[in-house]
Amino acid sequence: MTDHYIVLSAILFAIGTIGFMTRRNAIVAFMCVELMLNASNLALVAFSHKNGALDGQIAAFFVMVVAAAEVVVGLAIIVTIFRTRRSASIDDANLLKF
Amino acid sequence: MMTTAPWLTVLALLPTVGAIVVLLGSSAAAKFVALATSLVTVVLAVVLTVSLRGGGGMQLVEDAMWIRPLGAHYALGLDGIGATLVLLASIVTPVVVLATWSDYDRTPDGGLSTVAAGETARYDSKIFYALVLAVQTCALYLFLATDVFLFYVFFEVVLVPMYFLIGGFGPGARRSYAAAKFLIFGLLGGFVMLASVIGLYVASADAGKASYLLSDLSGLTLGTGQERWLFLGFMFAFAIKAPLVPLHSWLPDAAEQSSPGGATMMVGIMDKIGTFGMIRFCLGLFPEASQWATPVVMVLAVISILYGAILAIGSKNLMRFVAYTSISHFGFIVLGIFVLTRQTLTGSTFYMLNHGLSTAALFLVAGYLVKRRGSANIDDFGGVQKVAPVAAGLLLFAGLSTLSLPGLSSFVSEFMVLAGTFGKHPAYGAVATLAIVLAALYILLMYQRTMTGPVRPAVADRVTDVTVRERVAIAPLVVLILLLGVYPKPVLSMIEQSTTLLQTSVGVSDPAPLVGGTR
Amino acid sequence: MESVTPVLGTGLFSLAWLLIAVPAASAAVLLLIGRAGDRWGHFLGTLAPVVSFVLGVVYFADLLGRDEAERAVHVPLYDWISSGTWNIGVGLQLDQLSIVFVLLITGVGSLIHVYSIGYMAHDPRRRRFFGFLNLFVAAMLLLVLADNYLVLFVGWEGVGLASYLLIGFWQERPSAATAAKKAFVVNRVGDLGMSIAIMLMLAAFSSSSFTDVNAGVGQLSTPLATTLGLLLLLGACGKSAQVPLQSWLLDAMEGPTPVSALIHAATMVTAGVYLIVRSHAIFTAGPAASIAVVVVGTVTLLFGAYIGCSKDDIKKVLAGSTMSQIGYMMLAAGIGPVGYAFAIFHLVTHGFFKANMFLGAGSVMHAMDDDVDMRHYGALARALPITFVTFAAGYLAIIGFPFFAGFYSKDHIIEAAFHASWVAGTCALIGAGVTAFYMTRLMLMTFAPGKRWREGVHPHESPLVMTVPLIVLGAASVVGGLLLNGWITEWLNPAVQGEAETEGLIHFTLIGGVTMLVVLAGIAVSFLFFGPQKVIPDVQPATRSPFVRAGRRDLYGDAFNEAVFMRPGIRMTNDLVRFDGAVVDGIANGTGTVISGFSSRLRRVQNGFVRSYALTMTAGAAVVGAIILLGRLG
Repeated sequence: MTDHYIVLSAILFAIGTIGFMTRRNAIVAFMCVELMLNASNLALVAFSHKNGALDGQIAAFFVMVVAAAEVVVGLAIIVTIFRTRRSASIDDANLLKF
Repeated sequence: MMTTAPWLTVLALLPTVGAIVVLLGSSAAAKFVALATSLVTVVLAVVLTVSLRGGGGMQLVEDAMWIRPLGAHYALGLDGIGATLVLLASIVTPVVVLATWSDYDRTPDGGLSTVAAGETARYDSKIFYALVLAVQTCALYLFLATDVFLFYVFFEVVLVPMYFLIGGFGPGARRSYAAAKFLIFGLLGGFVMLASVIGLYVASADAGKASYLLSDLSGLTLGTGQERWLFLGFMFAFAIKAPLVPLHSWLPDAAEQSSPGGATMMVGIMDKIGTFGMIRFCLGLFPEASQWATPVVMVLAVISILYGAILAIGSKNLMRFVAYTSISHFGFIVLGIFVLTRQTLTGSTFYMLNHGLSTAALFLVAGYLVKRRGSANIDDFGGVQKVAPVAAGLLLFAGLSTLSLPGLSSFVSEFMVLAGTFGKHPAYGAVATLAIVLAALYILLMYQRTMTGPVRPAVADRVTDVTVRERVAIAPLVVLILLLGVYPKPVLSMIEQSTTLLQTSVGVSDPAPLVGGTR
Repeated sequence: MESVTPVLGTGLFSLAWLLIAVPAASAAVLLLIGRAGDRWGHFLGTLAPVVSFVLGVVYFADLLGRDEAERAVHVPLYDWISSGTWNIGVGLQLDQLSIVFVLLITGVGSLIHVYSIGYMAHDPRRRRFFGFLNLFVAAMLLLVLADNYLVLFVGWEGVGLASYLLIGFWQERPSAATAAKKAFVVNRVGDLGMSIAIMLMLAAFSSSSFTDVNAGVGQLSTPLATTLGLLLLLGACGKSAQVPLQSWLLDAMEGPTPVSALIHAATMVTAGVYLIVRSHAIFTAGPAASIAVVVVGTVTLLFGAYIGCSKDDIKKVLAGSTMSQIGYMMLAAGIGPVGYAFAIFHLVTHGFFKANMFLGAGSVMHAMDDDVDMRHYGALARALPITFVTFAAGYLAIIGFPFFAGFYSKDHIIEAAFHASWVAGTCALIGAGVTAFYMTRLMLMTFAPGKRWREGVHPHESPLVMTVPLIVLGAASVVGGLLLNGWITEWLNPAVQGEAETEGLIHFTLIGGVTMLVVLAGIAVSFLFFGPQKVIPDVQPATRSPFVRAGRRDLYGDAFNEAVFMRPGIRMTNDLVRFDGAVVDGIANGTGTVISGFSSRLRRVQNGFVRSYALTMTAGAAVVGAIILLGRLG
């Protein structure tokens, strides 16, 4: 039974990964990241259920909190970049380098 | 009474306290605080040295567990070898403070001083004296540590104040380059040594109880290969610090670009860590590997002796010149250490003290002249003795001490090293003796080019004779060099007791005289 | 003969260190006191050697009153270097040999100090000059009084230092500074031999004291003993300006003339002879080394004489002559037990007459506005009567005119040389003839009629403070030989295990007669070329003769050193400096450059594009996953 959840999680994660690598729109890329996070959440809960321990569920809560925080910061960055550059394409910004 | 208090910790921390007070106080007070602290340190160091009882073992021992999982202890101890270097580090520091007295005072309008018409200092006297005292603390800890980990920590830490002394106060245009070069060489050695330090931990943990105490480690039985690798790690680091050709190229640059005071702290005191480490750690912990490496080390040492001397002859810059003479002298010290007879071990230890004294005199007197002339180029001088006879006399005295004139202290140590070497390895001894001709040549050539001949206009305009304060600063060095040359016995017997123990622990004995029974 | 074991010095002798300490203390005061001492410094400086001389006389009288077996007195002072099996002490040894030197050094030294008061009167740095002179006297006394080789070496280098300081006393003259440096460096080459010799002694006997070395050297193998002897000879060659280390002495004439008299004629340069005689046991054990000493002595006595013939600089003629006379002493010392006492005898008389002539030359220069070129002299006998008479006494002494000092000491050497080897004897004989030639030439060019003075020169006799020492030394040149001849060999023989025979005051042999003839021939030739009726050009005439040119260039000694040592040395130094910069430092810097180059290339992977980072990350994760999976499968 849990195997299905794991498989679903893997599929969601793969979609998220591919989406992140192929799409240029910052918002979409961002949603792909969220997808990956939630895929891992799903996996955590599924494993937790399978093992009968609560560790995974607690980890899932942590991930949610982190994801929420990330959304706040990330969206703020995207909005700022859009304001200054009039574009939400992530290929236009390459400041993240030495 | 002496044993009840942790006197060695007090001694080693005195300069730190001084440095903190210097930093908290005003810039104007800095030099006074530094001088007072370093004078108290001298007194304490002398008292502790005199209080040493015979026997040559570690005394005034302090031992506290520091990092239990690693087996690192805060352990200090003083023996004849360490005491010699503690004396050196204590004596040279106040001399440096007094010799550089007003060099880094702020100008009346609050600007930073410009020494020797070069780059302006980056900081003022407050930072300078704090750094000098910091170097002294590190040096004292290094000479007192009886725990490998403690030694390692200070071996790395001392790089930091030294780096700023070179890069922050040097008059040279390439001081940042020189400071970085110094740091990189030092760190490279330090990291290679770290590997050996970790290896020692593994070995001692394998043997049952992890400990970095020298006394525990020297009882360790190591496999031949293991011992050699560990030895090489330490030796590499020490050979960089007490520069052995071909690992020397940082020293001339660092000396040329740094201020006289900084150069004195570096060459006079800090570099002794290398040769001291060879005695204490290479011989003390890895006796068999040391003997295994002896042929190679001796060849390198003899090459250093001659190479340094020849480059000193060809040197065109006073500070660089002193650095090359030092490379030659470090060759002698290393040679003596690895020949491993009692005379050479005692001689090498004594050599470290004498080299410190004479190099300090040479750097500081050269510094006086460089500061006045505004250049360290040998060609920019000429005829100085006419306008500044006392300065010229002091420079000649320091030079004669460097060329080991009999009657001065450096002769005693150099002769002990050479004659001891000759008794065991005649060929090495004979070749190394060639350096006495080269030494005469480099010192007198330098003296001739800078001090004699007609007075150059620029010299006549700018160079004045040394002030009373500057003479007073050098005076203790002159007195000690003479005194130890005429009557070296107290220091020699103090060293000899410890080197005898060391020689026994290494398991080497002196070669027998060719003709027995005359004495 | 058994070597003498010194007796322990007690009572008066325990204060023997004062001999050295007095001039040393005076030197320290003079050099440290500063301008405050300018007014009285020269008096203090003169007093010091006089005090030492008086002390020396006291000790000498005491030794004279003793039994022969007790004339070697050992005064241990303190432990100097004790390490391992070594136990090197500082101690003094007063015996027949050293006391002779003490008297010579302090006696002649005192006279020269007195002379210098006048000679240096107008030099603003006279106080310092006396400080250096005192330093020299102290070091020289340490050299001859030391009881072991290492302490002797301290004195040895000490006189080297004093010589350096005094040759370069007029440092503002580049030639003086160069000459001083050259003297020290060439001496250091000799010291190389000395040092290694002492090291060898320590390796062999664990001691460097004369007693231990003398006692032990017999047990050493002959090659080792010979090596030891040769090494000491190298040291002696350096200090005594013997071939091949002779080149510094002529340049050393850059120093003030009293310095040339004291250091480069009477005392320091003879230290090599002292060393050889002192080390007699070593040379007995290594006979080949003795032969080398004879060869060096013989070559140098001709070499110096040759140079003496071709110089126009009065001091350089005397310097060449000094070299040559020391060659005689070396020759005598090399002959062995029969020659030791003669070597010292000649050393003492030479000390008298050469100091006399150097001071005389100083007096002449004083009169001639410091001109040293003999071609500008002439007719000075009348202008400088005292100088002329005393100089003449020295001249007659050096050429070996009957009953003058050199007659006794030099003829003994020539005779002993003939007994040892006819080659050495013949060379010594020829040397005597050449000496007569060039010394007569000097006398004729300086004092004989025919003024060649430069304009504005008004010769005048020197003040009393300078002429009195001249008179004393002149008298010593006359009677020195007569007084010492019968006594000195007997006095010295026990100390040096010598076998020199004592000859009567009037002592005619075939060799003596031949020597006389040769000397007369030399004088005659000299008169032929430079006699009063001859016109001497007042500039040095150009010449094509290779022999004259060679002489003027010091027989190419400097040219040889320059070609063989200096130029290759400079080239090597420059090459090594380049090597250090390009290769050693190059490798260090190169490593740095390579690493930073690599990093800047690696940096480009960091391109700033989020999607490429993501790709890399995914690929990395995939690889890690794959490894884990494979690991699990395997």
